[in-house]
Amino acid sequence: MSSPHPLLALLAGAALIAAPVSGAAAKGHKAKGPVVYTVTVQQMKFGPTPPAIHVGDTIEWVNNDIFVHSATAKDHAFDVELPVKAHRWTTFHKAGTYPFTCRYHPGMTGTLVVKD
Amino acid sequence: MFKAIGFAAALSLTAGVACAQAPNDAQIAHIAYTAGNIDIAAGKQALAKSHDKAVRDFASEMVRDHTAVNDQALALVKKLGVTPQDNPTSQSLAKGGAEKLKELGALKGKAFDKAYAANEVAYHKTVNGALATVLIPNAKNAELKSLLQTGLKLFKEHQAHAEMLAASLK
Repeated sequence: MSSPHPLLALLAGAALIAAPVSGAAAKGHKAKGPVVYTVTVQQMKFGPTPPAIHVGDTIEWVNNDIFVHSATAKDHAFDVELPVKAHRWTTFHKAGTYPFTCRYHPGMTGTLVVKD
Repeated sequence: MFKAIGFAAALSLTAGVACAQAPNDAQIAHIAYTAGNIDIAAGKQALAKSHDKAVRDFASEMVRDHTAVNDQALALVKKLGVTPQDNPTSQSLAKGGAEKLKELGALKGKAFDKAYAANEVAYHKTVNGALATVLIPNAKNAELKSLLQTGLKLFKEHQAHAEMLAASLK
């Protein structure tokens, strides 16, 4: 049996690195620059957030719910209004741990960890 | 003062419905829509009367969220070809809602704010109980059941928010 073509192995490795570790979807690749991760709001919940993102990365908030929501950092580092079916983006310029909530529905919560 | 509607609604939504024949989907849709409309009317009244930012923010949220659920409910019954069916529970709810509007309409300032917040706590508690024990279990259509379940998640948030508001006004 022949071993996989080196190029295939390289591509497979790249795909593994690029794949989001959690359920949060990611676009882009760290080697090529900042990454965009998608966090979807649905059924009165924030979807999974990536375990950690890096300074310069962006979260794309997608509101698939039938209600207006917000993604609001508890320390007010960001406060994004999320109309129904809207996409909004937050780029992180500072490392830290950011617990966030929905301003309108405080039971909806999540946390983002931003590393240098 | 808010106990009247809480009790009346609890009676009609839980005991009344449970003891009588289980409501069908057309009746459930009507009850849910009516319950939403009552809170929309209460929210609009609060927006017209209150000058308190927290009360106004909460009232705006109630109008916006309940309108969204009701719009979705209307779209769903249209899609399913179901005509919401009026029933004694809806009638009792509507009557209680109208009485409460009148009662709160006679209040002003802080007294209104406190009574509105207290009624929102009681009303959401009652509606949430009815959703969990009567309306959701009896809903046959999967999409209607799902919408009611989403509604329950939302209204639990509203109840928690109303409790926070009521506590802040004491």
